[in-house]
Amino acid sequence: MGWAGGVVAGIALHTGLRRRVVALLFLALTIGGGLGVALYATYWIVLPTPEGARRSRLPRPVEVALLAVVVVVTTGLLATRVAGGTLFVPTLLACLGGATIWRQAAGPDRERWLRASRSTLGAPGADRMGQLRLVAGAGLVVAGALLVLQRADVNTLRDGLWAMGVTTVGLALLGGPWWIRLTSQLGAERAERIRGEERAEIAARLHDSVLQTLALIQRNVDSPREVTRLARGQERELRRLLYGTRSAGGQLGEELRAAAAEVEDAYAVTVDVVVVGDVALDDALAAACAAAREAMVNAARHSGATDVSVYAEVEADTVSVFVRDRGVGFEPAAVAADRQGVRGSIIGRVERGGGTVSIRSSPGGGTEVAIRMRR
Amino acid sequence: MTTVYLVDDHAMFRAGVRAELGARVEVVGEAATPAEAVAGILTTRPQVVLLDVHMPDGGGLAVLRGVGESLPATRFLVLSVSDAAQDVIALIRAGARGYVTKTISADELADAVERVAGGDVVFSPRLAGFVLDAFRDAPAAPPVAVPATDADFDRLTPREREVLRLLARGYAYKEIAAELFISVKTVETHASNVLRKLRLSSRHQLTRWAADRRIT
Repeated sequence: MGWAGGVVAGIALHTGLRRRVVALLFLALTIGGGLGVALYATYWIVLPTPEGARRSRLPRPVEVALLAVVVVVTTGLLATRVAGGTLFVPTLLACLGGATIWRQAAGPDRERWLRASRSTLGAPGADRMGQLRLVAGAGLVVAGALLVLQRADVNTLRDGLWAMGVTTVGLALLGGPWWIRLTSQLGAERAERIRGEERAEIAARLHDSVLQTLALIQRNVDSPREVTRLARGQERELRRLLYGTRSAGGQLGEELRAAAAEVEDAYAVTVDVVVVGDVALDDALAAACAAAREAMVNAARHSGATDVSVYAEVEADTVSVFVRDRGVGFEPAAVAADRQGVRGSIIGRVERGGGTVSIRSSPGGGTEVAIRMRR
Repeated sequence: MTTVYLVDDHAMFRAGVRAELGARVEVVGEAATPAEAVAGILTTRPQVVLLDVHMPDGGGLAVLRGVGESLPATRFLVLSVSDAAQDVIALIRAGARGYVTKTISADELADAVERVAGGDVVFSPRLAGFVLDAFRDAPAAPPVAVPATDADFDRLTPREREVLRLLARGYAYKEIAAELFISVKTVETHASNVLRKLRLSSRHQLTRWAADRRIT
């Protein structure tokens, strides 16, 4: 909202210039030949009022009176200047044309104008009024420029500069808003396209995995084991998609999770993996992971439990992995001799890597294999 | 019998839990949306609310905030499929007394409900893992059981760490007590102290997790 017509405020808002700068420009143009007053009047008439806002702080009658005075002064200026006028008329014409187009860009119908302009200004009947105004504005800008150019041969370099300036301003007014809208529209379209592609990718993934698994589950209803295996495998895949795993490949956490996934698939048990901290694998840790995998397999095959918990923690100087089940358990001392699996593939492996294994088990009390490896 | 209120937007899941728990607890109501849940909880005044994390209109967090301090005797237990630390930590910090995953067996769930009703807290191995992760680089607190200053909320005592490790390894309270040669009551005290630290700590990881769910 401004004082008289809100022209300064409106232009400041539109261009991003400070109000004071715009006002000073008008003042300078007024002192230098009266153009400022004429322009002010033009913009007052031509520029759109923002929706739901009164432009002026002055009461309506005062505003009308003021507008009348400005129009009279402008007419007077025109009358006195047209005869011998050099730059006044063409400049005014160009500004009028620019303002007409500007109004188009800022008005409520700019969306339609944009659509019309995007179809190369020529969509028949898209917005007849908008096209008319556009053509009229362009004509005025061109006319102004031509008039200036016509006089350029009789005047000096100054007129040439004016011509260039007026033409440039006219072109900027003509193309600027259109260009800005077009680029922002293109940006929005690109974002929309990316969103669409993401949706399509998720749909494809869901189709490939979830729907296939559901179909398989329906065909395997007679085998609870198979259903569990399918459901658990699918759950794992979805979790990876939804939550992602924090660790990258070649890390302890990822290796243990992969091992757990294999065991789940092969033996239709649930292996829950909790990892605190993470570290890149070296040979010793890879051996620890292989041993942990073997412990998971043993739990799945021999314990009778449906759930296996794996807990790994990376500390400053050690890495510990615990594999635990609540199954039938066994007497470690009694079976140690003939359980080559445990001796060779768990204990031997870890000890060669410089670590230790302790196994705790009791009949009926479940089993826990603890693997510790120095870092 | 413990009175329980079910909040989950999946009717099938509510029906399943109702059927599984039917014999051991009394389900006094259920709701599918946070608004419905807050109204229902305030009228039925259950001992335990089983709360889902992800629901339309604000999820479990909206229920915790909606009920607020008006029912100090009602305890909240989070029951969720989520693996995301920020979901779990956010609800614990908003006042939930425990977190279990939906794959828990019916018996274990009934145990957890009764423990929460009795004033205990419930740590699933995953929650214990999150907590250890969040406090991983924190210096150990002096082995005093009860936090005295604000800084104590940011550190775990060596004993609390041991208890959490065993919880993460899948040990039950009774097994932890046997392992550490302490009473079950002491294990419970350690667990609830850890939960309190989880709520009141200003540790960066916890506040970041909470910020992800727009709690501070």
